[in-house]
Amino acid sequence: MRPFDYVRATAPDDAALVSGQIIAGGTNLLDLMKIQVMAPETLVDITRIDGLSDITTEGDGLRIGALVTNTALAQDARVRAGWPLLSRAILAGASAQIRNKATTGGNLLQRTRCPYFYDTSQPCNKRRPGDGCAAKGGEGRMLALFGTSEHCLAAHPSDMAVALTALRAEVEIRTPHGDLRRIPVQQLYHAPSDRPDRDTVLEAGDLITAVILPAPLVGSRQGYRKVRDRASYAFALVSVAGSIQMEGDMISRAHLAYGSVAPHPWTDGAVAKMLEGQKASDALFARVADALVPDRAPHPDTEYKRRLLRRTFIATLRQLTGLADTSGTDIARTQS
Amino acid sequence: MSDTFTMDSPQPRLLDQTGQGVIGTPMNRPDGPRKVSGQACYTADAVTEGVAHGVLVRSTISRGRVTGMDLASVMSIDGVIDVITDPRMIRNPAQGMAGEAPVQPGDAVHYHGQPIALVVAESFEAARDAAQRLTVHYETEEASVTPEGTSASETDDPETAGDFDAAWQAAEVKVDLNFTTPSQAAAAMEPHAAIAEWKDNSVTVHSSLQMIRFNKKELADTLGIDPSQVRILAPFVGGGFGSKLGLGPEAVAAAIASQRLGRPVRVVMTRQNVFDCVLRRSETAQRVRLGATQDGRITAISHDDTVSNLDGEGFSEPVSQASQFLYGADGLSFTQTVARIAATPAGSVRAPGEAVGMLGLEAAMDELAERLGMDPVELRLKNLPDKHPMDGREYSTRRLADCLREGAENFGWAQRGAAGMRREGDWMIGMGMASAARSSMLVKSASRVRLTGDRAVVETDMTDIGTGTYAILAQITAEMLGLSPERVEVRLGDSDLPGASGSGGSFGANSAGSSTFLAARKIRRRIADLLGCAEDDLTLQGGRARGLNRDMALADLVQEELEAEATIKAGKTAESHFSSGFGAHFAEVAVNEWTGEVRVRRMLSVMSMGRILNEKTARSQALGGMIWGIGAALTEEMQNDQRDGHVVTRDLANYHVPSHADVPGDMQVLFLEERDDWANPIQTKGIGELGISGAGAAVLNAIAHATGHRVYDFPALPDRVIAAMEVEI
Repeated sequence: MRPFDYVRATAPDDAALVSGQIIAGGTNLLDLMKIQVMAPETLVDITRIDGLSDITTEGDGLRIGALVTNTALAQDARVRAGWPLLSRAILAGASAQIRNKATTGGNLLQRTRCPYFYDTSQPCNKRRPGDGCAAKGGEGRMLALFGTSEHCLAAHPSDMAVALTALRAEVEIRTPHGDLRRIPVQQLYHAPSDRPDRDTVLEAGDLITAVILPAPLVGSRQGYRKVRDRASYAFALVSVAGSIQMEGDMISRAHLAYGSVAPHPWTDGAVAKMLEGQKASDALFARVADALVPDRAPHPDTEYKRRLLRRTFIATLRQLTGLADTSGTDIARTQS
Repeated sequence: MSDTFTMDSPQPRLLDQTGQGVIGTPMNRPDGPRKVSGQACYTADAVTEGVAHGVLVRSTISRGRVTGMDLASVMSIDGVIDVITDPRMIRNPAQGMAGEAPVQPGDAVHYHGQPIALVVAESFEAARDAAQRLTVHYETEEASVTPEGTSASETDDPETAGDFDAAWQAAEVKVDLNFTTPSQAAAAMEPHAAIAEWKDNSVTVHSSLQMIRFNKKELADTLGIDPSQVRILAPFVGGGFGSKLGLGPEAVAAAIASQRLGRPVRVVMTRQNVFDCVLRRSETAQRVRLGATQDGRITAISHDDTVSNLDGEGFSEPVSQASQFLYGADGLSFTQTVARIAATPAGSVRAPGEAVGMLGLEAAMDELAERLGMDPVELRLKNLPDKHPMDGREYSTRRLADCLREGAENFGWAQRGAAGMRREGDWMIGMGMASAARSSMLVKSASRVRLTGDRAVVETDMTDIGTGTYAILAQITAEMLGLSPERVEVRLGDSDLPGASGSGGSFGANSAGSSTFLAARKIRRRIADLLGCAEDDLTLQGGRARGLNRDMALADLVQEELEAEATIKAGKTAESHFSSGFGAHFAEVAVNEWTGEVRVRRMLSVMSMGRILNEKTARSQALGGMIWGIGAALTEEMQNDQRDGHVVTRDLANYHVPSHADVPGDMQVLFLEERDDWANPIQTKGIGELGISGAGAAVLNAIAHATGHRVYDFPALPDRVIAAMEVEI
C-alpha cells in the first residue's frame, strides 16, 4: 500500500472534496489500495458529513442519504414494505460485516470484479487506458454479455444498483459549485467505449448526496433473483430484478433490470413493451426471453450467460406473475 | 534414551483395559480458549523487538530468466531496507516428507507467480509497495502452461492385476466414462508465514508448518548448514491441509534476510502469494472403465488419469489410489500420465488421490448401477473383495458393508425412488451415495513423557494444525497414567523436542499417538516398579496407583521426575495387512430446474476408522472433510490463464470454498466401533482425510438422481448442471 494523506470533509461544500479520492465505507477501495490497483495520494473521508445518513419520506417515495449503510437500508421498515426488492437485493450481496460498513453511494461506485483488473501484472484498459485487455482471450466467466466494447468486457457487480434501476431510482449529485442534479441510476454509468477507466459520469469533486426512490408500483410483486457459484458471498453470474403490476392475469406494468451482464445495470425497454398488456404465460415469457438475450456472447466463457439469463428471466417472471409457487423464494408483494 | 518399537505383530488393547475413562470421550480441546481469545501464538504473532518485514516478489513471466532488477526504483521508498535475491532461495515449497531442499532456481523462472526476490522494509506496507513497484527485467522463453498444450508428458507403465483387457472384452455390462476435476487450493485460513532470527550461528524460525522433523532438515539443506544449527517452532498452525507439509519460500527468504541484515525478519504471504506459489492440487482428467456381469459382479476395473506438475517435482496426484483397493475384479489396470507444465507446482492437498479420484470412481459406480438396474448400495455390497485386489494383502479391518447398510438405514435410502421424479416447486430433489476409503499409515515418530507426582508433560515436535493433537495426546497420556487430562501438559511444534511423524496423510494420530502411548507405557512400568508390583497388576486411576494390596497417590509415590522417550515405526504388519478407513456418504440435494443451482439439503456419513481417540475432534475432522466434499462437488475451482498459466482466482472472493449457506444444518456423522490391531498399539486409523474421500461423489450422484442427468466436469456449477439437463424451454 502506498502512503496517502487522509483528510475529513465535514460538509457537502467542504473544499477538501476536490482534493482527492472520496472514501466512505471503503469496502472495495481499501482492497484495491492494498493491491495498488488504486493508489490515491489523498483520501477524503466523507463519513463525518452531517445529513447524509438518514432515510426520509419524500412525497410517496423515499430519500436515502448517501451514507446510509447497506444494513440500515435493507432493514428499514418502509423499504421492506414498499420496496422489498431493494432489501432483498442488498441482502443477497456481500456479508453482514461488509454491509455494516458499505454505504448507499459507495455501493453504486464499486469497481468491477474482473480478475484481470485486480492483477497488476496483466494489461487492463480500466486500470490504464490504452494498456490492452487481458480478459479478452483469458478466463472470462464473470464478464459481461451486453454493452461491452473492444476495450473492456467487464461487468458491474452491484446487486443494489440493479434493484434501484428496476425501481426507477434517481441519484442526487452535488457539484463542487453547489449545484444539485438528479439522474436515473442507470445514467450514472458510462458505457466503456474507449475509456473504460471512467466508470461513471461523476466529475472531480462531485458528491453523491442521496438516492431518491419513487413510489413503488401499487400492489406490485417484487423480486430479486441472483444466481451465483455458491449460495452466499459470491458475485452474481446473472441476476434479475423485477417489479410487476398485474390486472387479473394480465401484466399492466413491468419494471425490470438485469445484473452482472453489463458494465452497468442492464435494462431493455423492448422487454417491457412486449410484456405489458399481455396475459402472463410460459409461451410469452419464452418469446420475450429470446428477444432479451443477445445472439452471441462477447467472450466464449460467457456463452453460458445467454442460457442462464434466459432461464433466470423466465423463472423470475413466472414467480412475479403468479405462474409459479413463490414460497421460500425472494419474491415479495409490496405492502401498500 | 529412545529405543524403537517396530510394529511387527498385533498389540494388546491396553487402552481398553485402563480405567481412567478419558480415551474416546468428546473432550474439549485444551488449546481452545487460547485460540478463541487471541492468546494462541501463531507464526505472525511471534514478533520480536526490531523485526523487519519482508514481502515476496513474484515473477510475471511463465518461463525464462531474471536479467536484472531496477533497485533504484524502490530503494528510495521510505522504509525500504533491502531487495534480496540469493541462490539459496527456493522456487516453491518442499513436497511432503522431502527432508531436503526443494529446487533452488537461481535466476531461472519456471512459472508465473514464482518468488524471485524478497523486499525487506521497516513496515509491511512499505515492503508490499516496493514488491509491487520493483521493475524486473526478464529474458522470456516459450512455455507450455496447460496439460492439453504441453508436449512434455510422462506415462507410467500400467499398474495391473489379472488381465484387464480380457475381462473388459468379456464384460456383459460396461461403463466407459471421462471426468475432469480442476486444480484446487488448500486455502488454509492462516496464510503461510515465517519469522527468522539468527543467534550465535544458529537460526530459529517460527513458521506455519506441518512436519517439523522434515522441515528442519529441509531448511538446513537449503541454507547449507547443519541441522543442529536450525530450530523450527510451530506451536499453532491455522490450517494446513497439506499446503504446509514442506518448508516454504517464505521461511527460506526470512532466514536469508535475517542473516544478511542481522535482525529478525518476518515474511507473511499475502493471500495472493499463497495462491501464486503454494502447491496446488493438480487438475485431473480421468477415464474410468467398469465392466460387470448382468447380475452385477464387477469383472473389470480401469482408472487412467492425467495430472500435471512442474518439472523437477516428484509428486503426482495418486488419482486411482482408492480404485486399487475398494472393489474387486478379475482384471484391474491403472495408468497415469503426468503433464509437465509451467504453472504453480502441484503437491499434496487433503486426501491426495482419493479426494478427486473417488469423484470419478464413485460416479462411474453409480452409472454402472443405473445401467444394471441395481441399487447403488447393493452394487457396492456385492463387490467387496476378500483381499487387496492388487497385492493380496489382508484387510486389517474393514466394516465398509456395515457402513453402507447402517448409512442406508439411517438416511432413509429406501425412500429414494426413481431418478428425476421428486419435485418441490422449481426444485428437483435427489439422493446419492458413495463409498469412502482412505488408506491409513504408521510413520516413524518419537515422544517423551515426563511425570512428577500427578502431573505429566508430553513433549514431541508433532504439530496441531487444528486437528486436535493437543487434546488426543493429553487424553492418551491421561488414560495411561490414570490422570485427569488437565494434569497433562502437551508441548508441541518445537524441533528441539523428539521428532514425530508430523501432521500429514492422516497418520499423525496413529504415529504420534502411538509414540506417546509407548512413552507413557514405559512410565507405567516405572510406577509399577516404585509400587513393587508387576505392570499387569498395576491400576492407575484418579491420580492413584494400585497393585498388590498397595494403593498410593501418585503425588506421594512419584517424588522424583520419571522420564521416558519412545519411538515407533512401521513393521511386518504393514506388509501382511492393509489398513484403511472406510465409510459411506449419503447426500440429499435440491437442484433448481431453471438455474441449475444445487443446494445440499442433508448429509450423513457413517465411518469406521479404528479407535476414536476423541469423539468431538474426530467428528469435526469428518465434518470438515464432508464440507470440502461439497466444495469439490459444487464450488471449488482454481482457474489458470491458458496463455501464461497465471492463477486467475487469487483470493477467497474468486476461489469459492463453501460458505455457511452451502452447508446444510443437517450434517450427521456416525462412527462404527472398531479396533485395528494390525495398525498400531492404540488400534487407530487415520481420520483427517476419510471425510472428504467420496463425499463429493455422493453429492454429484444425488444431482444425477435429482435431474436424471449427470455432470462429468466438476465442480457442478450452475451452467454445467443446465448443460447436463439439456432441457429445451
